[in-house]
Amino acid sequence: MPTEIDRDGVRRLADQGAQLAEVLPANEYAEDHLPGAINLPLRRLEAQATQLLDRHRPVVVYCWDAA
Amino acid sequence: MYHYAAGKLDWLAAGLATEGSNALRPRAGDVARRDVPTAALGERLGEVAERVRAAGWDACVVVNPQRVVFGLLRAKELAADPGLRVEEAMRPGPSTFRPYVSIVELARLMTDHGLESSPVTTSDGRLVGLLRRRDATRVAEELGGEGGNGGEGGGGG
Repeated sequence: MPTEIDRDGVRRLADQGAQLAEVLPANEYAEDHLPGAINLPLRRLEAQATQLLDRHRPVVVYCWDAA
Repeated sequence: MYHYAAGKLDWLAAGLATEGSNALRPRAGDVARRDVPTAALGERLGEVAERVRAAGWDACVVVNPQRVVFGLLRAKELAADPGLRVEEAMRPGPSTFRPYVSIVELARLMTDHGLESSPVTTSDGRLVGLLRRRDATRVAEELGGEGGNGGEGGGGG
């Protein structure tokens, strides 16, 4: 289970080299995403996660909101 | 693995930088004046009015020590009895906007609703700045009527 973090946690982890992954569709990612985030749409998450993410660095995933 | 549950909406509402096509378009947080004077609830109106005028402003945002917005003093309220406390003279609970909302959309909304100025706040109510209609409409006109960038949920407070 992923550990839930808040905005300050995201900033702290990003400063420490964590990878940010937005799981929203590509068009939403193209409009706005957190600095440095990559796009891993949910549908392609399993297939692409191992290709795009470094398993040795923390990963922060996010979508639009908590709903 | 970490989960930022509050997500992109929370990030945008805090006025933090983003990347992407919308990041190039001005939003409320970019145009809001961050140098707007502020006042505390317990201050005397006369002292506040003097300070606001000296700074070249005709409006002032009332905040608590955490910069959470409680009210607004526009020209009319600033001209009231100088002996009043700020909390007695202010307009409580003003309409607020979130920093990520398109300035084009807000210029239209402020014009339609006759809003001279509105505080821009984060999702937890902290002041980012004061958005003045004349600033919003000027920037929107400079953009030449480009479309907005979507701004549902922009209101609040």
